[in-house]
Amino acid sequence: MLQIKDLAVEVEGKEIIRDLHLNIEEGEVHVLFGPNGCGKTTLLMTLLGFPSYKVTRGRITFKGVDITEFPTNERVKLGMGMSFQHPPEIRGVKLGDMVNIAQGRKEEEIDEDVIALAKRLNISVDFLNRDVNLGFSGGEVKRSEILQLLAQAPDFIMFDEPDSGVDVENIELIGKIMSELLDRNKMPSKRDKSGLIITHSGSIMRHIKADRAHVMLEGRIACSGMPDEITKNVMETGFERCVELCARNKEVDAE
Amino acid sequence: MTKKETIERAERAKRKKAALGEDIAIGEYMTGKEHQSLNSLDEFPAEYQQDLLDAGIEPTEKDRSGSFLQRDCSVVFSTVKYPGLELMSTTDALKEHDWLKEYLWKAVPVDTDKYTAEVELDQTHGYFIRSEAGKKVTMPVQSCLFISSDKIGQKVHNIIIAEEDSELHIITGCSVSHAVNSALHLGVSEFFVKKGAKITFTMIHNWSRGMVVRPRSAVMIEDDGAFISNYILMTPVKSLQMYPTAYCVGRNARATFQTIIYAHGDTKIDSGSRAVLRGEGSRSEIISRVIATDNAQVIARGEVIGEGANAKGHIECRGLMLSDTAELDSIPELKATRKDLDLSHEAAIGKVAEEEIQYLMARGLSEEEATSVIIRGFLNVDITGLPDALARETKKMFDMSLEKVM
Ligand SMILES: Nc1ncnc2c1ncn2[C@@H]1O[C@H](COP(=O)(O)OP(=O)(O)OP(=O)(O)O)[C@@H](O)[C@H]1O
Ligand SMILES: [Mg+2]
Repeated sequence: MLQIKDLAVEVEGKEIIRDLHLNIEEGEVHVLFGPNGCGKTTLLMTLLGFPSYKVTRGRITFKGVDITEFPTNERVKLGMGMSFQHPPEIRGVKLGDMVNIAQGRKEEEIDEDVIALAKRLNISVDFLNRDVNLGFSGGEVKRSEILQLLAQAPDFIMFDEPDSGVDVENIELIGKIMSELLDRNKMPSKRDKSGLIITHSGSIMRHIKADRAHVMLEGRIACSGMPDEITKNVMETGFERCVELCARNKEVDAE
Repeated sequence: MTKKETIERAERAKRKKAALGEDIAIGEYMTGKEHQSLNSLDEFPAEYQQDLLDAGIEPTEKDRSGSFLQRDCSVVFSTVKYPGLELMSTTDALKEHDWLKEYLWKAVPVDTDKYTAEVELDQTHGYFIRSEAGKKVTMPVQSCLFISSDKIGQKVHNIIIAEEDSELHIITGCSVSHAVNSALHLGVSEFFVKKGAKITFTMIHNWSRGMVVRPRSAVMIEDDGAFISNYILMTPVKSLQMYPTAYCVGRNARATFQTIIYAHGDTKIDSGSRAVLRGEGSRSEIISRVIATDNAQVIARGEVIGEGANAKGHIECRGLMLSDTAELDSIPELKATRKDLDLSHEAAIGKVAEEEIQYLMARGLSEEEATSVIIRGFLNVDITGLPDALARETKKMFDMSLEKVM
């Protein structure tokens, strides 16, 4: 589904990502850990093709197409989607409008279809009528993002901290919808959708099973492995130690 | 004031320049262009039908309690379908009601400037709308002031009265034929909202590149009265200056002004809304959204003057710049004359944020589509206080005019 080869990315003239390689196959879900500021969001923004994230080296291939130079909406058309960590507020544009847009409908009304989708995320009609992200609480932002993805139904979905600031009940709800969006309820051979999830707490991982996990340090993927093991190491010993353990395992493997 | 005194005052103000806006040579525009009356609005020449529609006028008169159409200097159509509602030319109304002369120049002083003076000295009709005491005319009245002749000077005096506990909803359009290269519109509008009454006034200005426009409007609002103005201008105009003022004289009088301007081409606009809060507990809200693009020059003003106990007023001016050759000045002003007041303003001018465009592109829109969604959103003020049907219709008119410019 997605291949990243030897990627280097600059933001405002500063190199944030370097020597980054990553492969995500069709039907796979990967999780990405890493300390604040290591470049996780930068990676997702780059994959979506935002202009201020300049690829200075490497290629990104999506569904067999080299998309390194594609504008964002072309990537979206090919099947990419993302839930934002900090989405912007847009005055006068309602959440309901965003849902219509995500669904690719020219519809101006917030109709039954939209209301039915929103209901699944416990989002009320009143809430659909609010200007998107304007005064939304932390948890509301996350649910609004997932709702837009539900409408968009992309093949490859990036989630930037879908669980930060979300209460226990809503994490369960979000986890359920994410599992559905990522075909997690289907047999592995029947899974078409892929995903990349950024999380700090790992709490979302209790509700959605990933296939592979990575730790990012200073703009590189410093270690990769089985999600359960990596999650445990990160939570119990921290990022640096996790990477050390990772390196040691590699040596053992090599021997 | 006797008629003679009024004329004398007007004569003295004949050369008095307006406080704001560039000076206009009124003498370059002619009055006296007369037209035949119509039996119905669809008799209006086909070539102008679209111009009527663009000004929010419903030619079939469906869902309208009354219709008024003035073409250049003649009132060509006026009809009322609703008991308790009066609608006719100001000229006829002055003949019919002897008391009406007491209202003339009561809210707008005749010697405000040369434009008000001109309307007194060389008036060409205008409309009179009145709802009787206790009558709630929920279906809107429509009126249109139309200019179809080149070099014409249309000089109207409108009087709108909502008697005690009555309700009046007005859709008014000012429109001009596409064939007119240059014309002048002077419009004096005096509104009287009596005790417990309500007027909503939705005005669409559908001008063109050669139009010079100087409206002079004021509203007197008594105890518990409410006035809501929605103003929409999406077409270019050569020069427009106006500063409608609501005097909240009664207890708990309320005034709301919502202004939506999309200024493009070589448009030059100096437009504001003012509320004078005299009554105890009176309130006002002034909201404006201005987009300036191409070479447009816009001054967006707002002023609240607090004089009455516990008065409360807020101004919200937002501007969006779409070009480096346009200019937008946002000038909110507050004036307090006592301590128990609550006056505030917020003003902001920005551009279409890159981040917002990208967010929308991440949901599949192209850059142009995203920009248009943001602009549409920016101008989208939720119009409060209108009956549902009218609110829906206003939204439709707004969408229609926006479609034309985008
Ligand atoms: N527009 C920008 N201008 C300057 N620096 C930027 C910009 N965007 C990101 N950065 C910098 O790039 C680095 C990586 O940021 P990024 O948002 O990718 O981190 P992150 O891993 O997502 O962190 P967090 O866990 O806090 O969300 C940070 O040092 C950040 O300050
Ligand atoms: Mg981040």
